[in-house]
Amino acid sequence: MSVNNTRMVSFDGTTPKARRLNARQTQAIAKATIWAAAVLVILILFAIIFYILSKGIPELDWEFVSEIPSDMGRSGGILSPIIGTLAVTAVAIVIAAPLGVGTAFYLTEYTYEGGITRIIRFGAESLAGIPSIVYGLFGFIFFVIYLKLGWSIVSGGLTLAVMILPTIIRTSEEAIRTVPQIYREVSLSLGGTRWQTITRAVVPSALPGIATGVILGIGRCVAETAAVILTAGSALRIPTSIFAPTRTMAVHFYILAREGISMERAYGTAALLIILILLINIVANILVNRFVARGR
Amino acid sequence: MLAVSVLLVTGSTLAGCSGETSWKTEVLTSMSVKINTVLPNNRLVHHNTKLRTERVSLYYGTFRALKDISLDIPEHAITAIIGPSGCGKSSFLRLFNRMNDLITRARVEGCVELDGVHIYEKSTDVVELRKRVGMVFQKPNPFPMSVFDNVSFGPRQHGRKSRGELGDIVEKSLKLAALWDEVKEKLDQSALALSGGQQQRLCIARVLAVEPEVILMDEPCSALDPVATLKIEDLMTNLAANYTIVIVTHNMQQAARVSDMAACFLMDPDRSGVLVEYGPTSQIFTNPKDKRTEDYITGRFG
Repeated sequence: MSVNNTRMVSFDGTTPKARRLNARQTQAIAKATIWAAAVLVILILFAIIFYILSKGIPELDWEFVSEIPSDMGRSGGILSPIIGTLAVTAVAIVIAAPLGVGTAFYLTEYTYEGGITRIIRFGAESLAGIPSIVYGLFGFIFFVIYLKLGWSIVSGGLTLAVMILPTIIRTSEEAIRTVPQIYREVSLSLGGTRWQTITRAVVPSALPGIATGVILGIGRCVAETAAVILTAGSALRIPTSIFAPTRTMAVHFYILAREGISMERAYGTAALLIILILLINIVANILVNRFVARGR
Repeated sequence: MLAVSVLLVTGSTLAGCSGETSWKTEVLTSMSVKINTVLPNNRLVHHNTKLRTERVSLYYGTFRALKDISLDIPEHAITAIIGPSGCGKSSFLRLFNRMNDLITRARVEGCVELDGVHIYEKSTDVVELRKRVGMVFQKPNPFPMSVFDNVSFGPRQHGRKSRGELGDIVEKSLKLAALWDEVKEKLDQSALALSGGQQQRLCIARVLAVEPEVILMDEPCSALDPVATLKIEDLMTNLAANYTIVIVTHNMQQAARVSDMAACFLMDPDRSGVLVEYGPTSQIFTNPKDKRTEDYITGRFG
């Protein structure tokens, strides 16, 4: 129980042996570490994108995006997987976005914290932790077989909707929570109803965050393979209805690479996938900015 | 045993509440505010009562934030509520537009009346109440929208109106708030680009656009510089002819300058807020009856 001298703190950091590093050195090291981490992450990201694009872009031409695959994908284009990707994603978003955003508004604006909100939030978080292949299996058993929807755009879309729901709920909830409470108070104090307060005072401020959640959801849909291959199938024809089976680009890419059909075509598909996700992000950003600008 | 007695107290309070309404008919009408007389039970004579509380207690869960507050607030006058931090001034102010409803565990006991009508009945239309009782908050808080959209925010919530009608309301409200000349050229610019004082006057214009009868102000100048503060005070003095204003302030000079009536709140040893003294401002500041009021005003505690 003796006094531990090495614990003595000197404010100028000059006490010998008292501390190995002074505050300025700690700061410098922390800064360098954080910078290195950030730079590393960006480098990895750019390396992957550069690698895929450099391999894939030479494959891209008009034929690649305008023709359906022939000879299992060795030749022809990837028109049907492009259509399949857009269709499955659209079904998933049309279902999951209103449901997820609605749930987020319910959790933040319409209830007080309590048992029910905790159960809903726990459920959503548990859903987020489940591997996508399990969603695929669930979708296969429930939508494809039990509901007799077969391998189809609907089955795939519904499965993806369930899968991205937690993401949309969580990000929307965060976005709604960051809207300053005073906006709600002002709107209510001016004689607004709760619904008016949400639509006119909360939504305009929360929209960018909500859109981010939906875009993240879109990204996961576009990139998903395991859940889709089990529920939407891998047909190469152009789907004629939402009850027709289809193949998404990610699945197409997976099959081309996994079964050694054509690595070049696989890289082409991957490159197009990246470009598509980039385009979705840019368009969504423009839409949100336009909305926000109109509000300001 | 205890439960029964509590019920009895509540019952008799409510009965007294409606009984007092008839008493009000005897109150004389007078436009002159400074001659108010306050009876020992905080009843006003010689002036219409706009807002009234009768033995009001406010609870946050089990914590009693306000204890048995009875107060008459005169119409078309400025009533200041002063007192140290944490003594429940803002909570008291928020009784009148039921903003405490937003707090999950808040509960009100006793009687709060607007024009003689108890506003904590089940049948009370809170939206309608808040149109009649507007509020200006501590920090200037315009929405991230244009000046025009900020001022027309309230009227637009209360039914569709044409751009022309809204334009008239916006112009009238901004003129009332003494801001029109400064912003008439930039109605379509973001309200966030205005200075702090302009933003606060914008918030007042936003309240005026709803055409309330009462304006509650929760330390409206605490975030402003002295020049902007004086502008708001001038504005309040002008508005008092047509509106009933209740202002919470930490600034003694401000209370002395602008208010007709002043209520001094303090904290009881159990930390709940109590009303120590209420009366015409001149009397509270020059001849307080309660030693505690005098101590607070002269800065000896609080």
